[in-house]
Amino acid sequence: MLKNNFLEVAKKISVIENNHSKAKEIIDGLPEKSYFVVGITGSPGVGKSSLTNIIAMKFLEKGKTAVLAIDPSSPFTGGAFLGDRIRMKDSASKGVFIRSLASRGSVGGLNPSIYDTVEFLGRSGFEYIILETVGTGQAETDIKNIADVIVLVLSPGNGDEIQSMKAGIMEIGDIYVVNKMDLPGAKSLYAKVKSILELSNKNNEVLLTGMAYKETIYDLFDKINIELGKKTHRNSVKNKREINRLLNVVLKEINDNCLNCESLEIIYKFIREDLNEGKKS
Amino acid sequence: MPIKVLVAKPGLDGHDRGAKVVAMALRDAGMEVIYTGLRQTPSSIADAALQEDVDIIGLSILSGAHNRLCKKVLDAMKERNIENKPVFLGGIIPEEDYENLKSMGIVDIFGPGTSLELIAKRIKEIVKK
Repeated sequence: MLKNNFLEVAKKISVIENNHSKAKEIIDGLPEKSYFVVGITGSPGVGKSSLTNIIAMKFLEKGKTAVLAIDPSSPFTGGAFLGDRIRMKDSASKGVFIRSLASRGSVGGLNPSIYDTVEFLGRSGFEYIILETVGTGQAETDIKNIADVIVLVLSPGNGDEIQSMKAGIMEIGDIYVVNKMDLPGAKSLYAKVKSILELSNKNNEVLLTGMAYKETIYDLFDKINIELGKKTHRNSVKNKREINRLLNVVLKEINDNCLNCESLEIIYKFIREDLNEGKKS
Repeated sequence: MPIKVLVAKPGLDGHDRGAKVVAMALRDAGMEVIYTGLRQTPSSIADAALQEDVDIIGLSILSGAHNRLCKKVLDAMKERNIENKPVFLGGIIPEEDYENLKSMGIVDIFGPGTSLELIAKRIKEIVKK
């Protein structure tokens, strides 16, 4: 069905992005479906889009695949330069649906309507949804609320191991990738990430990848699939995603009907923190 | 909501400074700009315009093949039922070709020396219509 209805899907994403009351209508009009969300996150320029390009093509062999690539909006003009698509020509020509989204004031590395957009794609028949966050700093961890598996991409040249001991982004990966393995410093970064993870008693996969070494990226793809297969974890993510989506809907609806919503934002933040806390334990 | 623009370079021409300057200017004018990069085929440009659901498409051509390439992009858009999206053109386009291009459906042509403010203003006018 999809190739033909890419146009319809694309148009509806615009509606969802720009008019949240219609978003509810659109999503509620489609039957619920099960789908996987893979999050790709990491600093600007580490190779997230290039990795996404290859991983998306591999997922396409298994089922309908969409990529949502988020780049930052300017806080000054509201404008954005969305350049992730440039790296994804191969997967685009193979039939992956790719949509660039601007962050539009969202500070968590995503986009304000991301929960709705992902749910809509899922219900429209996309089985695999790859979410590429903006190039993250240290604290953009919202991806945790939405992705079944998070791949944190690092590359050499971004600071010593003290950087990887800081809280925030380094805590959220399910799989850690040191990309650009052919650059000097990659192997030592790999060893440092491994040892830092061991310090906090984690045994996550750490992989070395490089665009010139396709097999390393296929290996990453296999590891992502192993993570996706861990069912118990997936159910909790699915609930978390749905609760966050509904919370967003409620917040937006309240926002429309009330002038001063600062306190609501705070309450919402608490609920969310509480929710994330509950899932950890 | 911000205007969404696709800035694309069809065909075999490796000079994208102009496209980038325009893309940045439109970004600074508050638009969301998707840049496809160099050497795109007409069908990949049409695919991108469709999937990104942009409001308008800008083509940058310096190769001299503008008549042929514009037609191919417009045809590819028609095949995908998105011929209602306006297409503007920039680059090195001889004035004697303007009429032909406009009759094909190109909404506006911006040659060298056009101010960036004018391009942003025209895009806003065209999209509003």
